[in-house]
Amino acid sequence: MEAYLRRTAVWYGGVGLLTGQVFRSLALPPKYFRLVVQEIEVMGVQSLGVALTAAIFTGMVFTIQSAVNMARFGAESYVGPLAALAILRELGPVLTAILVGGKVASGITAELGSMKVTEQIDALRTLGVNYIKRLVVPRVLAALVVFPLLTVLADAVGVLGGMAIMFVERGADVYAYWNVTTYWVVPKDFLTGIGKSVFFGVIVTLIGCYNGLNTQGGTEGLGRATTATVVHVTMGVIVSDFFLTKLFLTLFY
Amino acid sequence: MSEPVVEAVDLGKRFDSTEVLRGVSFTVSKGETLVVMGGSGAGKTVLLRLVAGLIRPDGGRLRVFGRNIEHLSEEELLPLRRRMGYVFQGAALFDSLSVRENVAYPLREHTNLGEAEITERVVRNLSLVGLSSEVLPLLPSELSGGMRKRVGIARALSVEPEMLLFDEPTGGLDPTNSKLVAELILQLRGGVCDTAIVVTHDVELAKTVGDRVAVLIDGRFGALGPVDAVLGGNDPAVQAFLAGAAR
Repeated sequence: MEAYLRRTAVWYGGVGLLTGQVFRSLALPPKYFRLVVQEIEVMGVQSLGVALTAAIFTGMVFTIQSAVNMARFGAESYVGPLAALAILRELGPVLTAILVGGKVASGITAELGSMKVTEQIDALRTLGVNYIKRLVVPRVLAALVVFPLLTVLADAVGVLGGMAIMFVERGADVYAYWNVTTYWVVPKDFLTGIGKSVFFGVIVTLIGCYNGLNTQGGTEGLGRATTATVVHVTMGVIVSDFFLTKLFLTLFY
Repeated sequence: MSEPVVEAVDLGKRFDSTEVLRGVSFTVSKGETLVVMGGSGAGKTVLLRLVAGLIRPDGGRLRVFGRNIEHLSEEELLPLRRRMGYVFQGAALFDSLSVRENVAYPLREHTNLGEAEITERVVRNLSLVGLSSEVLPLLPSELSGGMRKRVGIARALSVEPEMLLFDEPTGGLDPTNSKLVAELILQLRGGVCDTAIVVTHDVELAKTVGDRVAVLIDGRFGALGPVDAVLGGNDPAVQAFLAGAAR
């Protein structure tokens, strides 16, 4: 138990220190912006399919489930705003962060961990290269762009998927559905979800980088680190979502 | 006499409960090659990593290029590291980059040279280590162990180092390649970079390239002095190590 607590404290402390190092190293030389663009492509474009597929099906499932059950109370006309609020404020940012984050962060851990166990990170250091600037900061900056953008798309696809399933399955009037939804949903519902996605992107990327940079034990350790990253990312997003929700509710509602 | 390039006093390093180095002291002067020998796990690589600032000592004082480095931050160490070249045991080449990009890496990072000049320097460094420009497009996975080692040396030379640090330069190589690498180190001493620390358990390499040799035994230098005096002396601990190395 003591060893577990110690490991946990070291992990949180390590992620905290890495966060500090990243903030101190934010000023990148111009040539590193090429790396940011590369990372945006790797993180964003290559994750688009996963994010949108999850969003459209989650939107449809949530909406149809809500419709069936709210019909029992005669409240089916409010399914639109209910589904939209759930998607914009929670499901869009959280699902995108967990799915894309798991994929992106485990990839980062595998890449950096492999570099660690083959001494390539030490090689960078001996060549006088700031490895935080070279390996971590571009990924964090890319995440700041990618996660909100993916969340915007996931939100749109999720809401539209819900509307489509209401039209197909429940014969809802699309115009009325959209009107009721836009009447009840206000911009800050959308913006707080996007705000969360910014934090999720940073958290996910830092976890992936930290676990990669601290990989020990050769290829076996690399496998362990990659698995741990998926767990850490999922838990990190879910737990931080609670605190971000509390924060945003306090600040904006 | 000029200030030593490296000056270590009473260096100590432990990992968890294992004390790897306990009070190691030595100096390396400009123009000198110090060979550090010792059995597997004796702490030779740890010593080299300390000198490069990759890890911090737990005790003692370590001056490199006239600066105490034991408390310097990573940022403060970077300019010092650009003055030394580190050749890793496994070469540690960037596996997703070609030979050309590996050797060019420090030039792209630290200079504003044009593409033509970078290529010229890459080819020159590769020729210094006995490789032709045919290897430029190859990936590290397509190279033999000896070639990887030589590309690692060429990359280290790209920073135009004042001191080279070699970690087991002949480790894992056949006798022919070992001899080639030893000759290469000698050749570098004569021109490109005259100061070096070579970590090895290869007695022949020590005799070929070393000015002085130190033998790490139980975390301390069991012997430190001119190569002939140490390797040809009658210190029982050193002789026991050499007898083991010979086997």
